[in-house]
Amino acid sequence: MIFRVIEKAELRSLFTMLSAANRVIGPVGVGLDRSGRQLYGFEEVHDFDRVALDYTMTSLSAKKYFLPYREIMATFTMDNKDWQKRIDYNIDAPFVFFGMHACDINALNRLDKVLMGSVYPMPYYAAKRKNAFIIGIGCEPQPNCFCRSMGTDTALHGFDMFITDIGDRYFIEIQSDTAFNFLKKIRTGEPVEADHLSFMKTGAGKNEKFAASVDTTDLTKILDMEFQSEVWKQWGDKCLGCGTCANVCPTCYCYSVEEEVSIDLTAAAKVKKLYSCNLIDFAVVAGGHNFRPERHSRLKYRYYHKHRGFVEAYEESLCVGCGRCGEACLADITVPEVIASVREGRKTDGQ
Amino acid sequence: MSDSPAKAYLGVPVRRPRVAFFELSSCEGCQLQILNNEASLLDFLSLVEVVRFREGMSGGSDEYEIAFVEGSVTRDDEVGRLQKIRETAKVLVAFGSCACFGGVNQLKNRFCLDWVKKEVYGDHPVETAEVRPLDAIVQVDLRIYGCPVKKEEVEKIVTHIAIGSDITYPRYPVCMECKANGNVCLYDLGEPCLGPVTRAGCDSWCPNNRAGCWGCRGPSDDMNILQLVDIMKRHGFSEETILDRLECFGGFSGHLEGLKK
Repeated sequence: MIFRVIEKAELRSLFTMLSAANRVIGPVGVGLDRSGRQLYGFEEVHDFDRVALDYTMTSLSAKKYFLPYREIMATFTMDNKDWQKRIDYNIDAPFVFFGMHACDINALNRLDKVLMGSVYPMPYYAAKRKNAFIIGIGCEPQPNCFCRSMGTDTALHGFDMFITDIGDRYFIEIQSDTAFNFLKKIRTGEPVEADHLSFMKTGAGKNEKFAASVDTTDLTKILDMEFQSEVWKQWGDKCLGCGTCANVCPTCYCYSVEEEVSIDLTAAAKVKKLYSCNLIDFAVVAGGHNFRPERHSRLKYRYYHKHRGFVEAYEESLCVGCGRCGEACLADITVPEVIASVREGRKTDGQ
Repeated sequence: MSDSPAKAYLGVPVRRPRVAFFELSSCEGCQLQILNNEASLLDFLSLVEVVRFREGMSGGSDEYEIAFVEGSVTRDDEVGRLQKIRETAKVLVAFGSCACFGGVNQLKNRFCLDWVKKEVYGDHPVETAEVRPLDAIVQVDLRIYGCPVKKEEVEKIVTHIAIGSDITYPRYPVCMECKANGNVCLYDLGEPCLGPVTRAGCDSWCPNNRAGCWGCRGPSDDMNILQLVDIMKRHGFSEETILDRLECFGGFSGHLEGLKK
């Protein structure tokens, strides 16, 4: 790994240079909630002053730029008895992601395993993932964050460069030659011993701030043992079955496919839409049988996929501990509480 | 209306069914949605032969296969009309929330009928009864939800009728579409919203405009209304506010047991 340090003002130069020729996505403030708390989202940005470098957590993940909620997989034109199919993998111009937290970078790394590392890679995803220049940025743990429990509080790969605020300057990790070459165009310095110490101190300081945690010890086995546990039913009673957890999740990738025919009957499209395993008809099969008609069984399977099945297949959890699902759930269903209740075989206090 | 030749789909001629529009007690706003879409109106008319549609044509025939019936039943003469439509139509479509659930009209069922008549008509009373949806009188074959219906959804259904595809609705709630549209949750903004229990398909029309959902499309499948009422209370909304929302369009009328005092 190559490291550099830059004066804080130089980040603006980097942004200006990158945004002159590229579409740049970054964290921005999107309004205040009812208690005056700032809400954040990822949007296309043209002005460095709009980038919220110190953003806490975006309500929605960065997923839509890699896995859009709605994506056309193929279009068809029909002319009498003849028809033509056209596939566009949506390979647009490269884009820059300016300021992604470690959890979201790790989320993309998990998606890579499924969508690019499998026997049948998904070109629609790969086209966007390979075309993204990702600048990571350090963060402050929020009340719902438990990335440290999931081993995703730092990112080892899957980005081009990573920025950490070490007080008066930024410490930069360089992962790609693209990043190295971009950085040649702004003023950078070689870090000295004092910078290394500041970097380590920043990391240690962050570790002390985590409020939420998940005990993952033997979790795959415990989930097997507790498959019939009553606590699943209790969480199912609370669940709205609305799919919000999957929509805000940076790693939920399940989808449905629909064919849409235009009203003039001359065109059609095969459309992929992100779906959620919490929805009533997720496990409906041909003939109409529903394998998971109850909310609690659907909620349970979402946890089993994240914390058991994926771990057995890829030796790491599909949950990156970003805490968005707990933040977004109107019924206050959070991963730390659900896992704790399963481990204890009973519901936690106050439920 | 238009007598253009029937279309073909992938070389197979598409049969153009005769379609009639009717209205019972309603604002006729759902039918207006059809006319509202000028860009695709001619395509719509090439898929169906409209033989009766008082908002769009004069006269009309009583020979039709598909009847789109808007509105709810509030008078005896409407019962007779609806039964006659049912006898003629092969397919009877409840068109819009009034036809499906009673709609805004059924709000009057909350009150004593005599008081309602006095309040609305004063000293000139008219015959009006408790509001009923179409399926309280006749069998309904297809429901198109919404107040008003979403024209894109109507067009999709008509296209599916033309090419013989299954007609399906989202079984999940509005939250799915709302999140996909990137909206800030209305509860974060301190607004009540029935999105978590209301059937999607509207593309979260109201929340996209920062207005909480009023449930015009009725309940989604397997919705958890008790939990949502709890959540609304925890967010500080009064029982009156909650009931006003849930009772507005009538879609939740069968699920309010225990919520009313």
